[in-house]
Amino acid sequence: MAKPTDLVQGTLDLLILKTLALQPMHGWGIAQRIRQVSNEVLQVHQGALYPALHRLEHQGWIRAKWGESENNRRAKYYSLTPDGAKYLRQQQAQWKRLSSAIGLVLEMS
Amino acid sequence: MRWYYKLPLRLSSLFRKDKAELDLSDELQFHLQNQIDEFVAHGMNPQEARRAALQSLGGVEQVKEECREMRRTSLIENFLQDVRFGFRMLRRNPGFTVLTILCLTLGIGANAAVFSWVEGILFRPYPLVSHQERLAALSGTVGGERDETSWPDLLDLQRSCTLCETLFVSSITGATLSVGERAQVMTGSIVSANYFDAIEVHPILGRGFEPGEDTGRNAHPVVVISYHLWQTRFRGDPEIIGKTERLDNVVHTIIGVAPEGFYGTFVGRGIEFWAPASMLQVYNAGRYKLEDRGARWAEAYVRLKPGVTRNQAQQEISAIAARLEADYPATNRGRGIKVWPLWQTPFNHAGELLPIFEIMVVVAMFVLLIVCANVSNLLLVRSFARRHEMTVRLALGAGRDRLLRQLVTEGLLLSACGAAGGVLVAYWCRHALVLLFPVRGGNVMYLPGQIDGRVLGLSAAICLVVTLAVGLVPAFQTRHLALADTLKTGASAVLGFRGRAWFRSSLVVLQVTLGFILLVGAALLMQSLHKIRTTSPGFSTRRVFDTRIRLAAAGYDAPRAKTFQDELIQRVRALPGVEAAAYARVVPLGYDSYSSTPIGVDGYEPQPNEQPTVLYNEVSPDYFATMGIPLLSGREFTRADDENARRVAIVNQTMVARYWRGQNPIGQRLQVKGNWVQVVGLVKDSKYYSMDETPQPFFYVPLRQYFDIEPDIHIRTAQPLQIIQTALIREARALDPNLALYEMITLQEQVNRSTSQQLVAVTLVALFGGLALLLASIGLYGVMSYTVSQSTQELGLRMALGAGTSNVLRLVLFRGLLLTTTGVIIGIALALLLTRLLGNLLYQVSPRDPLSFAAAFAVMTLASAAACFLPAWRATRTDPIRALRAE
Repeated sequence: MAKPTDLVQGTLDLLILKTLALQPMHGWGIAQRIRQVSNEVLQVHQGALYPALHRLEHQGWIRAKWGESENNRRAKYYSLTPDGAKYLRQQQAQWKRLSSAIGLVLEMS
Repeated sequence: MRWYYKLPLRLSSLFRKDKAELDLSDELQFHLQNQIDEFVAHGMNPQEARRAALQSLGGVEQVKEECREMRRTSLIENFLQDVRFGFRMLRRNPGFTVLTILCLTLGIGANAAVFSWVEGILFRPYPLVSHQERLAALSGTVGGERDETSWPDLLDLQRSCTLCETLFVSSITGATLSVGERAQVMTGSIVSANYFDAIEVHPILGRGFEPGEDTGRNAHPVVVISYHLWQTRFRGDPEIIGKTERLDNVVHTIIGVAPEGFYGTFVGRGIEFWAPASMLQVYNAGRYKLEDRGARWAEAYVRLKPGVTRNQAQQEISAIAARLEADYPATNRGRGIKVWPLWQTPFNHAGELLPIFEIMVVVAMFVLLIVCANVSNLLLVRSFARRHEMTVRLALGAGRDRLLRQLVTEGLLLSACGAAGGVLVAYWCRHALVLLFPVRGGNVMYLPGQIDGRVLGLSAAICLVVTLAVGLVPAFQTRHLALADTLKTGASAVLGFRGRAWFRSSLVVLQVTLGFILLVGAALLMQSLHKIRTTSPGFSTRRVFDTRIRLAAAGYDAPRAKTFQDELIQRVRALPGVEAAAYARVVPLGYDSYSSTPIGVDGYEPQPNEQPTVLYNEVSPDYFATMGIPLLSGREFTRADDENARRVAIVNQTMVARYWRGQNPIGQRLQVKGNWVQVVGLVKDSKYYSMDETPQPFFYVPLRQYFDIEPDIHIRTAQPLQIIQTALIREARALDPNLALYEMITLQEQVNRSTSQQLVAVTLVALFGGLALLLASIGLYGVMSYTVSQSTQELGLRMALGAGTSNVLRLVLFRGLLLTTTGVIIGIALALLLTRLLGNLLYQVSPRDPLSFAAAFAVMTLASAAACFLPAWRATRTDPIRALRAE
């Protein structure tokens, strides 16, 4: 297995929001999900995850609620706010533009 | 809608800190637990799994701190937290806190007080008067010297000046106000009719003056009174308008009451009434001068149009003055008109206080610097003690900028408390300046400081600068904290920290240097004051009394006054113990102006552009004997020198030197106001206007030939003041029971009053110098105590090896005095450069006067020795055994 790729600056927010768009999730779950979905390529540094969650919460993109986890522990579940959903769409569109632009540049021969 | 989610979060992290912390803890705990489970499932044992989980998270506390950092997106919260923490730190150490805040209060208070004086006395001296920033004072000039201006000249100026928005006259005067039985001398202003409109102050009752009320001799006996007078003498009578009062026995109708807080336009006095210029004769001893272009008495202000500079106005006004010179050569030759900034107004106390305030601003800054050095030192000691705390916080994940902010916030707390205290001090001191001035004739000076937005702004700016100065010094210390070292050695290492001793020492040296400079300044000024008050002004001061009998107010005309004066002086001369008595129109060193005249001298050819103008005084027979001014040759005036006799004059030495090339002037001719008079005597020079003037040409003429209704009376006697005053009143009342005296004073008192500027300067600089000395001593004491507590082991070792008490004492004292001496040496070098700033305040004392430097040195050394003694004594009490065992 190749070494997990470090996240590009600023993409962690995008990944978190995308993950939460599917369903409300706690921090641990978000980290797991990102790793799984990206086929173990993207490794979220755990130390960076929680500050990012708190930042997003304070910016109003996500909100938190306490609930029970699968293994019956008290966990803090984050979910997307309507504003967060809008923000995610914008960011996604921008990301696509950026990556396709980079793709174009790279494919030039 | 985002605020809907954000606001509760912000609020809860502001006010429900505990809950938020708990949540954070739980959240991370849940994560760890899951991670541990996963590792265990991969086959690790629980302990290993736990350590691995912690490692993969990267330290719970660090993550927590980062989360907190994210949560505190608002600066306010961070700040509030720092403030709370700062308060806790300060409360934990009350001695330190009180001392620091006290120091800062003194430093900031000194500056705020000086600013408020400068603002209230020089820059915005006239409360309620609009657009003071565009006001300027006007004075006449004659041959470059300042003089008053004449009414017709001002009228012409008002008509032709295009750059001036308005021009108004406001000349100070005094009058006896009689309400019922009570008579009291009041300070008032003779003003032009446009006065209240020009300054945009509107009477709260009645009206101001109407155009034309300043014309016509005695035509408009109306008066506007001050709010204070209305409240005190008329008990706030709401029906006051239209009532009458007697001012110098002339009935005036009260037409208005000025608003509360309006004190007129004269720096140094609160004005109680305003009368139009048409009534000048009443207040000017029977002289009416509105139609006389040669009679110069008026004091005037202009307000410049917006955007006009003083220079532009001066150019236009000079051009107008030149035109007047050409149109009226008889009265205006050699005369100009000068525009002064308000803070240099020459005809009130502003000009006299300006140089003092210039010094005081520098002095207050020095005190502030000393305070900053002192507080920095105190904070440094504390920052050593807090090194451990800082290190722990760093280790727990606090950012260095976070710590820096914390320290600066603590500095801000201290300096904000100091600034609040300082403004309070300034507020209490706003009327303090008056205490330094003598009471004149029952009239107290009015010199208010003003604490307005500009003063508060400056104080706040100082507070910020101080914050940076005192907050950053300890922050600088934390910059080099090495985590591992400090944690390992623990708290005990704190005291062993000696690397920055030089920094603390140099702060002390700075304090000593500044304190020394202030002491030198105080010593120089004290010597100057002593000199100026003991130097002979050229006349006797101790046994000569001066007063004036209020003849004009009692309605005397010239013939009656002549008879009265003759009879009174004979009675006074006959009083027991009176050696001599005489009249003179003007008392030396007083506020009244001498007469001045263009002169012509036989055999003296003036330069083409020169118009010799000389001051003179009108005096009675026996004047020189009474005043103790030596007659060098010729004779005094006698009773024979009256209206019918040939006009004569007595001249002084400087006049002879200048106009007769030092040859005997007796019998020579002199032209005074167009008449030839014969010189009959020569007297020694004396002081005329001020103690520090250079000798100037001056002459005397007989009072009878140049008559004045209300001259001063001088009495030479060894009797005490009370007795001679009572006797004089008795004799005067025997002639006319309605007469009253002005205040009687000795000529020494006159000298003292005329030198009150020096007294004020000495008092203020000495006060601040004393403050500086105290602060510098505290600083030195602090450093020496700290050094001693640091060197317990060294001292213990020395004592164990046989050093006696006196050795240890000498050792510590020597170290302290080394700091002092360094400071003093730098101080001497700087003081040699800086004392020149005292300039004109120094009277016959060199700014490098060795005696003053020696005195300052002695005081500084004594104070430092005292400050070092306690730490030194404590050092001798070191127990060698305990000190060595502690190692």
